[in-house]
Amino acid sequence: MTTPLLSVRDLVIEFPNRHGPLTAVDGVSFDLAAGEVLGVVGESGAGKSLTGSAIIGLLDPPGRIASGEIYLKGERIDNLRPEEMRAIRGRRIGMVFQDPLTSLNPLYTIADQLIETIRTHLRLSEREARQRAIGLLDDVGIPAASRRIDDYPHQFSGGMRQRVVIALALAAEPELVIADEPTTALDVSVQAQIIDVLKEQCTQHGASVILITHDMGVIAETADRVAVMYSGRIAEIGPVREIIKNAKHPYTSGLMGSIPTLAQEEDRLVQIPGAMPRLSDIPPGCPFNPRCEHAFDKCRVQRPVLIPVDNREVACWLYEEAEASEVAG
Amino acid sequence: MEAVSNFLASDLFYRFRKSPVAVVAFIVTALLVLSALFAPLIAPQNPFDPGSLNLMNGFSKPGEPNQFTGETFMLGTDDQGRDVFSTILYGLRISLFVGFSAVMFAMVLGSVLGLIAGYTGGRTDTIIMRIADIQLTFPAILVALLIFGIAKGITPPSYRNEVAIWVLILAIGLSDWVQFARVVRGATLVERNKEYVQAAKLIGRKPMAIMLKHILPNTLGPVLVIATISLALAIIAEATLSFLGVGAPPTQPSLGTLIRIGQGFLFSGEYWILLYPALTLLALALSVNLLGDWLRDALNPKLK
Amino acid sequence: MLAYVIRRVFQSIFVLLMVGLVAFSMFRFVGDPVENLLGQERTQADIERVRDQLGLNDPFPVQYIKFLGNALQGNLGVSYRQGRPVSEIIAERAPATLELAGVSALLAIVFGVGLGVFTAIRRDGFMANFIMTTSLIGVSLPTFLIGILLIYVFAVELGWLPSFGRGDTVKIGWWSTGFLTESGLKAIILPAITLGLYQMTLIMRLVRAEMLEVLRTDYIKFARARGLSTRAINFGHALKNTLVPVITVTGLQIGSIIAFAIITETVFQWPGVGLLFINAIQFVDIPVMAAYLMLISVMFVMINLIVDLLYFAIDPRLSADASARGH
Repeated sequence: MTTPLLSVRDLVIEFPNRHGPLTAVDGVSFDLAAGEVLGVVGESGAGKSLTGSAIIGLLDPPGRIASGEIYLKGERIDNLRPEEMRAIRGRRIGMVFQDPLTSLNPLYTIADQLIETIRTHLRLSEREARQRAIGLLDDVGIPAASRRIDDYPHQFSGGMRQRVVIALALAAEPELVIADEPTTALDVSVQAQIIDVLKEQCTQHGASVILITHDMGVIAETADRVAVMYSGRIAEIGPVREIIKNAKHPYTSGLMGSIPTLAQEEDRLVQIPGAMPRLSDIPPGCPFNPRCEHAFDKCRVQRPVLIPVDNREVACWLYEEAEASEVAG
Repeated sequence: MEAVSNFLASDLFYRFRKSPVAVVAFIVTALLVLSALFAPLIAPQNPFDPGSLNLMNGFSKPGEPNQFTGETFMLGTDDQGRDVFSTILYGLRISLFVGFSAVMFAMVLGSVLGLIAGYTGGRTDTIIMRIADIQLTFPAILVALLIFGIAKGITPPSYRNEVAIWVLILAIGLSDWVQFARVVRGATLVERNKEYVQAAKLIGRKPMAIMLKHILPNTLGPVLVIATISLALAIIAEATLSFLGVGAPPTQPSLGTLIRIGQGFLFSGEYWILLYPALTLLALALSVNLLGDWLRDALNPKLK
Repeated sequence: MLAYVIRRVFQSIFVLLMVGLVAFSMFRFVGDPVENLLGQERTQADIERVRDQLGLNDPFPVQYIKFLGNALQGNLGVSYRQGRPVSEIIAERAPATLELAGVSALLAIVFGVGLGVFTAIRRDGFMANFIMTTSLIGVSLPTFLIGILLIYVFAVELGWLPSFGRGDTVKIGWWSTGFLTESGLKAIILPAITLGLYQMTLIMRLVRAEMLEVLRTDYIKFARARGLSTRAINFGHALKNTLVPVITVTGLQIGSIIAFAIITETVFQWPGVGLLFINAIQFVDIPVMAAYLMLISVMFVMINLIVDLLYFAIDPRLSADASARGH
């Protein structure tokens, strides 16, 4: 098996607190292959964004990586010196943030920001960099790119701005792009376009994508695999089609039931009763157990590990027997 | 009692305990305030009662017995034989009194004007806010100086010393009301648009009493922060004005006045007449400022 | 954009008229101008004559307009105390204040911005913390206290620098300058530090706070995510975004230096217009007080106006918006 592009092992992210550290991400592991689109889905506060920030080395203090490893093409990147990590950012890992309005420096033209990024990583002259920048803007679908490149960010609409952001993230040809809620701040009518541009351009430039979102619909349309996060841990991870068709983890089923589809017969969306626990109140055992209608004794006591079931992995004790029986039988 | 135990367990108190700066500042401030309050009991002499003075004591060095009378003064005496330690205590009194009173005045004036502006709206509001804006273009010290100058011009010379303290309070208070007005006005505007106000008006009742009940809790936090910082500024303003000679007179000197007097003796070697009042003012200004700064940071929702 | 400029100019003129009104009222109603000019031996006829001369029998608005007219022509009345035209006295003393203010402003800006940027970038370093703590002292202490302490250390104890006055000055045309003599240069050091220290600490804390805010923004985070060098981020992006809002406040601060000169001039007995104003208050010399008030107001209002318009010129968002609205 070839080395995966990205490998995250037992990542733990903590926040210090007066009563003891709070664990926001608790032992997350996954692999990402080259050319793959991995969706990371979950509610606000599940730890998705933190995981993304940790991978690119931009975790905001006082949060810190308490333990775990992150490997990019087999080399460890979570313990690099700041200068070494800086060389990786932009060039090997790119990131797209949620709000295009605040992602761009309002006092500089798009040209300035693009050319600066390009010339930081690639040895090009000013003119060559500008040509390349115009090409990038064309790629992401900015009309009249050669003219608009000299405009300021506020002269673009929200959707256009996010396209510029995507262009900036891809400017130095990274191998991996982390997109953290790239469409949440956009108008609904524009969201689908931007996701298309993101996926298309990443494929074209040869970058894998980690797509972080709370919108399962986007994942369904765009991702190859999906990791469902809950309370800082992965509940279920596997191919998108399989999981949508047949969600195994009770939380994932709940999520599926909450997606509005035209084919639904009931006229009310299924809601999962209760709410995700606060960082200071995470229950022992499986964090989902208070809200789970299938919970039994073991769930309340022992923390589930990822169990392979039906070509995906689920962190749920319901499937312990299934694994055991598979191994035995 | 419950309120006290609630406070002691609160986040605010926790932060206070953890910050050595805040604790030290608080202790120093408390010490100074208490000394001022109990000045008549602590001070070895009342330096402004001419009867208790002995001119022969003049220019005694700190800690050394006077060459004529043999009396020892901890911090020395000035040219009139006044014990410096006592003058500092009484001076502190004046400084703190003027400071607190000026802030109280500014707070009341500002809040009332803010309330009127917010409630009445329309032209009254515009006029009040215009005046506020114009006043803000100029530094507070200038405004205070101007008011003092005018007041001095209007008062007949014989009364000037007596009313000086009150004019000082008026001047400093008038230069500082705007921030209070703004906060209260903001809160009033928010309340004014609520339904119970319309309802009360329909019945023909004045909603002011109910509005106040809602406005007060909303403004308490910000007003407290503004008041603490204003206090620090007022103390400095008073000291400055007194130092410039347009504040507390030598008959009722504040720390600023004492420093002014002391400056005259710097070169003749009686440094103590200047140094100790200056150090006291330093301690006071610094600790009140630090306390106010800390309070502002602690109550700032953005930094949480 | 033009509409905005015109509105601001009108606002400024209105403020100046108001201030003029206050100054004029001081003249008319505080103290008795006639008495100040005539002295003890005077007859009723004298009083009437002077009243007429001063135009005191005209209706209020007329007097006000005349007053303004006079002021605009540079006629600011006669000092009660010195018996000379006020404009003459002010012209004599202005260079002292202006030189002092100039040097102080320079110190304040250079060190304020420099240290502000430094303490924002090296946020947790020992030096940064030390500077921040010391700056707290700079902001908490009254200016006069700083001046006095400086005098105590450098003039009384060490004897390196003079403790009062301006030193020897050289007259170039109408302007007397202290920059061309050694004693003049020595004399300006302590007062300039005293005057500039407060502004410097304010600017420093402002720049630092603003820069820290900027360093927390999404666009800086995105810049980091693109792998831009620390230098490019700090001095290319963050600095520019920091300075734009800071410029306005700094401009206003610098303006207030001239007002704060009053205190420093008193501490050091510096012969400028600030000391003149204080003496005027002591002696209730209304014409001088009123004249100083008006001059300072003109200066403040102008600085406010310039700074407001400057903001427009610097921030592309504002000018672009304005011209877009014009279409």
